[in-house]
Amino acid sequence: MALLEIKRDACTGCGLCIQVCPFGALALDSENIITVSEACTGCGACVPECPTGALSLPEVEKKESADLDTYQGVWVWVEQCNGRASSISWEMIGKGKRLAARRGTILTACVLGHEAEPIAREAIAFGADRVFLVDDPTLKVYRTDPYARCLVELVKKYRPEIFLLGASTRGRDLAGAVATYLYTGLTADCTGLEIEEGSNLLLQIRPAFGGNIMATIKCENYRPQMATVRHHVFEMPVPDHSRQGQIIREKAVLLEEQIATRVLDLIVEKNEVNIADAKIIVSGGRGLKGPEGFTIIHELADVLGGAVGASRAAVDAGWISYAHQVGQTGRTVRPDLYIACGISGAIQHQAGMRTSKIIVAINKDPEAPIFQIADYGIVGDLFTVVPALTRALKKRLNK
Amino acid sequence: MQAIVCIKQVPDTTEVKIDPERGTLIREGVPGIINPFDTYAIEEALRWKEKLGGKVTVITMGPPQAISALKEAVAMGADEAILLSDPAFAGADTWATAYTLAAAIRKIGQFDLIFCGRQAIDGDTGQVGPGVATQLQINQLTYVCKIASLDLEQKRIEVERLVEEGKEVVQSTLPCLITVVKDINQPRYPTILGIRRSQKVQIPTWTAKDLEVDPKLIGLNGSPTRVVKIETPPARAGKCQIMQAESVEQQAELLAEKLIAEKIIV
Repeated sequence: MALLEIKRDACTGCGLCIQVCPFGALALDSENIITVSEACTGCGACVPECPTGALSLPEVEKKESADLDTYQGVWVWVEQCNGRASSISWEMIGKGKRLAARRGTILTACVLGHEAEPIAREAIAFGADRVFLVDDPTLKVYRTDPYARCLVELVKKYRPEIFLLGASTRGRDLAGAVATYLYTGLTADCTGLEIEEGSNLLLQIRPAFGGNIMATIKCENYRPQMATVRHHVFEMPVPDHSRQGQIIREKAVLLEEQIATRVLDLIVEKNEVNIADAKIIVSGGRGLKGPEGFTIIHELADVLGGAVGASRAAVDAGWISYAHQVGQTGRTVRPDLYIACGISGAIQHQAGMRTSKIIVAINKDPEAPIFQIADYGIVGDLFTVVPALTRALKKRLNK
Repeated sequence: MQAIVCIKQVPDTTEVKIDPERGTLIREGVPGIINPFDTYAIEEALRWKEKLGGKVTVITMGPPQAISALKEAVAMGADEAILLSDPAFAGADTWATAYTLAAAIRKIGQFDLIFCGRQAIDGDTGQVGPGVATQLQINQLTYVCKIASLDLEQKRIEVERLVEEGKEVVQSTLPCLITVVKDINQPRYPTILGIRRSQKVQIPTWTAKDLEVDPKLIGLNGSPTRVVKIETPPARAGKCQIMQAESVEQQAELLAEKLIAEKIIV
């Protein structure tokens, strides 16, 4: 039994759905009609492909919504490390504010930390109408258990309709635990959030299969509707320090002796640029032929004030550390400018950078797939092109 | 050390090509592989078993053909494998998947550590690991890039986690669940002996009836989220402008001008 329902009368045997099935679960039978195997996971990729509407997934019964209506308001978790809030939190406050306006409700920020009142004030400046501030020594450094338990209690007490967290390492760690406790839906790594006309549900849009498909996800019968949101997707709001808002102090749930985890140290990697935050990235791949090849990549990045990225091939060859890897098994980046040097542009690499604003490709192979997604390109030997570009930019930027 | 590794079978995206005209994936005949991140989880479990003794059990939830992923794990050196497969599990989102895996882990019984990959490369959510830990009410340590120490007697573990700012050194108690990132190790290849064993090994299939699960909480029914639309993202607008000039210097000059004109370089 598979989840996909097939109207045999409507199927024309065109086979379009077979091409898009990620699991190879579809085939034509002896009568030239689609059949589905147990490999089907009900992902729905095939449904919109069918020109005759022969494919569908079972409808799920809508539960009584009386209780659901008691959940109101949009919440954002404000992530902090060493007393500094992460910019992703402010981006979410900007987006959350617009969602709250659509729902005719207010935006609430949840600030957990120790001596974190300045962050609560900052949250108001960025757009929060109300802040729940849980200020406790046990919350000084992020740990799953005390943070998750605290947010769970807040949700139970105040019942928000929508709850957004950043898709950072901490945000993903925390959201998974909170949604499990609450038995509600959580959509990871969203790049789009909208309120659906009529139903007023949160439409959560996210890439899957390394960015090759976009899925829209709903959480109809459970509250809050939870989502983690990718960094640099939503615009950073401009803070207004004269804004007024309410700060409500709440208590931590766990005592230190009830927490099994200790954070002993944070080793901040200096000189190690966080490529996820960089506005400009110059990346090198297999075409660099060795670790020395990265010298010219660094020089170009320095002139541009950018960070150095790398393809998996360069990382696997040991030419540069994993922290620089862009792509499906590395980091996802969305800089204003991405310069790919000697990178062919396999889809795994594209998955990590295809949403960059401007993409430049430098490659000696004019057929390399990277040129298909690039805005500008130079076909040539990167060992002469890259230094020439560095010189040309240096001249123009007067450096 | 009793270790359980949760793995997922995913389509091998390195075999996937893009249809240049339609911009969609051509996935016909794409083989299923172990999610690459999960191979690091298997490797880490095997390394600690080799140091401390014990047993590594691999589990996966999926259609019947997911058994090939389990066999590959056995070929790498896992001792036992269990397949969770039932049409009733189909369509599970991360919540229902974590619920089902947790029920299977309870049935397996005693364990010190659960290993997962940081995320699967098809769904990319990274939520099932934290979900399983929360279901089982044990500690979770995500994005682990090094297990610095593991003391089964004292029931203590110390790890390094890869976070945005660098590495966080964290100590916790056992049992716990860890999700691992790529630079924790280099996964081994299956050996001939392992492959032979994997062909003979008995892999039980557990269905919903074999687990203590509420039928309302598994599969599509138990899933709070629902995929309502799937589409191919719009192709990047505009064609690539190739810099054409007499010399490399001139090509570079041309490109530099274009980039300055874009006003993204300050």
